[in-house]
Amino acid sequence: MKRLKRSSSISVLLVLALTAILSACGSNNNNTASEAPSGSPSASPSASSSASASASAAQTRTPIPNPRVAFVYIGPPGDGGWTYQHDQGVKFMEKELGIKADTVENVPESADAERVITDLAQNHDIIFTTSFGYMDYTLNVAQKFPDVIFEHAGGYKTNDNMSTYFGMNWEASYLSGIAAGKMTKKNVLGYVAAFPIPELVYNINAFTLGAQSVNPDVKVNVVWTNTWFDPTTERNAAMSLLDKGADVLMAYQDSPASLQAAAERGALAGGNDSDMTRYAPEAYLTNPVWNWGQYYVDTVKSVMDGTWTSQQYLGSFEDGMVDIAPIGESVPDDVKQLIEDAKQKFVEGSFNLFSGPIYDQSGAEKVASGQSMSNEEILNMNWFVQGVEGSIPQ
Amino acid sequence: MTEPTSTASGAIALDGETAARTRKRFPFRLEIDPSRKESPWWMTIVSVVLALLACAIFFAANGKNPWAVYEKMWTGAFTTSFGITETLVKAIPLLLCGLGVSIAYRISVWNIGAEGQFAAGAIAAAAVTIYFPHLPLYATIPLMLVFAIAAGGIWGALTALPKTYFQVNELITSLMLNYVALLLLDYLVFGPWKDPKGFNFPGTPMFTASQSLPVLGDTRLHLGLIFALIAVALYAFVIRFTRWGYELRLIGANPEAARNAGIHIKRHILIVMIMSGALAGVAGMSEVSGVTHRLMDGISPGYGYTAIIVAWIAKLHPVGLVISSVLFGGLIVGGYSVQTMGLPSSISNMLQGAILFFLIAGNMISKFRLSRNG
Repeated sequence: MKRLKRSSSISVLLVLALTAILSACGSNNNNTASEAPSGSPSASPSASSSASASASAAQTRTPIPNPRVAFVYIGPPGDGGWTYQHDQGVKFMEKELGIKADTVENVPESADAERVITDLAQNHDIIFTTSFGYMDYTLNVAQKFPDVIFEHAGGYKTNDNMSTYFGMNWEASYLSGIAAGKMTKKNVLGYVAAFPIPELVYNINAFTLGAQSVNPDVKVNVVWTNTWFDPTTERNAAMSLLDKGADVLMAYQDSPASLQAAAERGALAGGNDSDMTRYAPEAYLTNPVWNWGQYYVDTVKSVMDGTWTSQQYLGSFEDGMVDIAPIGESVPDDVKQLIEDAKQKFVEGSFNLFSGPIYDQSGAEKVASGQSMSNEEILNMNWFVQGVEGSIPQ
Repeated sequence: MTEPTSTASGAIALDGETAARTRKRFPFRLEIDPSRKESPWWMTIVSVVLALLACAIFFAANGKNPWAVYEKMWTGAFTTSFGITETLVKAIPLLLCGLGVSIAYRISVWNIGAEGQFAAGAIAAAAVTIYFPHLPLYATIPLMLVFAIAAGGIWGALTALPKTYFQVNELITSLMLNYVALLLLDYLVFGPWKDPKGFNFPGTPMFTASQSLPVLGDTRLHLGLIFALIAVALYAFVIRFTRWGYELRLIGANPEAARNAGIHIKRHILIVMIMSGALAGVAGMSEVSGVTHRLMDGISPGYGYTAIIVAWIAKLHPVGLVISSVLFGGLIVGGYSVQTMGLPSSISNMLQGAILFFLIAGNMISKFRLSRNG
């Protein structure tokens, strides 16, 4: 009993001591914590704020001849889609610049991300965080490490040392819509969609408009999975769409699970992010693909030269960041030609697919004839065009 | 053993004959020792070491030097102030949930619902930010604590009531209530509590400074550590020095005797499950208010389940709980830091699984004893 009593009194002392330390530090910290909200309004979701941010950060940075580069991945490079394409881009960049990058995979979009990014920020010069959900964590860490450069894929918040990069992948979705609209026999398409965020909404709309451009009767059913990468959930969602009668699927997910599900049922499908032909050659149509390599080369080079500035980069068919995968063997040549012609207009930059008249699901005119949407309007889209069956949870 | 050559030749000759004669020649035999219910304390350490050795084989098979991998994990988790504070940040929910399940395991109530009780606490804490958004820090944090304790306690009671009144197996109810809580959380962050400025990405608005637990300096180590340590101290005190703690120990040791001694076992089960849930609820509250600063999908990477291993390793001992939760916090943090060596992130899962495997095996083996054949 004596021994027990002593050990418990020691632990009580320990607790008291820690309480004293923490409460002392906690009160210091209240000051820093109250400063935090003043930083966040500056990172408002509009592109204009980034313009002012980059203007204030116009002074050149110190050149870093041998930058230490790190990438944070949402999935494994073997997902065959989103992370795979980033990994390909990283390999391309490593080869072009002769440097070696560090990668951390399977980082959830949660508090773990903030730790991983903080950990990397201590011994890297530039960090690419490659998923939408890393946005707030990247911004938090960027504010703590002003000398480290952050590049966040797909978000809308920037800082003096934090850029965003993404591409006009809706143009490629429009092209895959042409393929799907031509290939469907039942005029029922299915779309396996990750999160009901604008990125998905404008891709679904573009896909639908592309399909309607060649087949006005077509309907697009949407199912939300609420995950980027979960092959089981993706597969179940795909199956539910096939059960509903869809004979062509498109999936905005990181894995080829939907394509494989469609192939099993004898339906056609496209995936996302990467050329997925190898997973089901007979069932494969096409889908938007990302080429991140050149952007990674240019960005890391700008860090080497000291010319890096904060920006919101939006790639496209013109610079090659956005492209469409090789069209599947099941697609006849005349459809291939249609897609090729439309693609040419995007490459030249002469066609905005969100040009009026465009109606929403209720039939209200959203874009008048002769008008087209600006990139900023597209990036904030939160309504479905007519022909989409499904709803955006509000 | 005494006559190796003859035993060996005898065994070959005996092949197919009765085993009894071989057993007679073998000087020792294994039998279950009825007096041993617990494995010795050093068995835990042996199990952990064996798990590390077993995983080392996989690292070597991957072409990595196992020693370098463990060294990197160690330095990543325990040698820098960043690593240590991050390890402690991970240890806080593990310790609180581990304490919660330990109290229940003391009286053989197998609560595996810490995950759901954690979620209930997190939801309740977020409710404070949604419904009382403009309270100052000194009102918000206590209110969050009260809400989280109540929500976690209710979630625990939902398991305890059917068990005490209808003999429903608590393994099943507590596990199933996890899914209920997690789906409720999903419903809220995808629906009514969604950040209106969040472009439809699931999650509540970010908590303000007055809704966030104070943190230590520049780190993410938050006040939840104090909650956890106070809870450990209380647990140790109650179990050792109070009548109620004595009754709990008695129920754990021999429920039949406890019942005969006039102890209300049902009431104890109910109270223990409420406390168990409340502790996990506090873990959920300190995680949203201290770390994620918003309620969101996937808020717990399985803390409630890992906590079961934490409690098991600690043998429900308060000091052991502190050590094992820090060890597992370090495993999670170190598991990410070895990725820059080119190893996959599932390493920390593999290590956790291996530790549990060897621990259970060790527990089983310690029930046997070697006795000399006459």
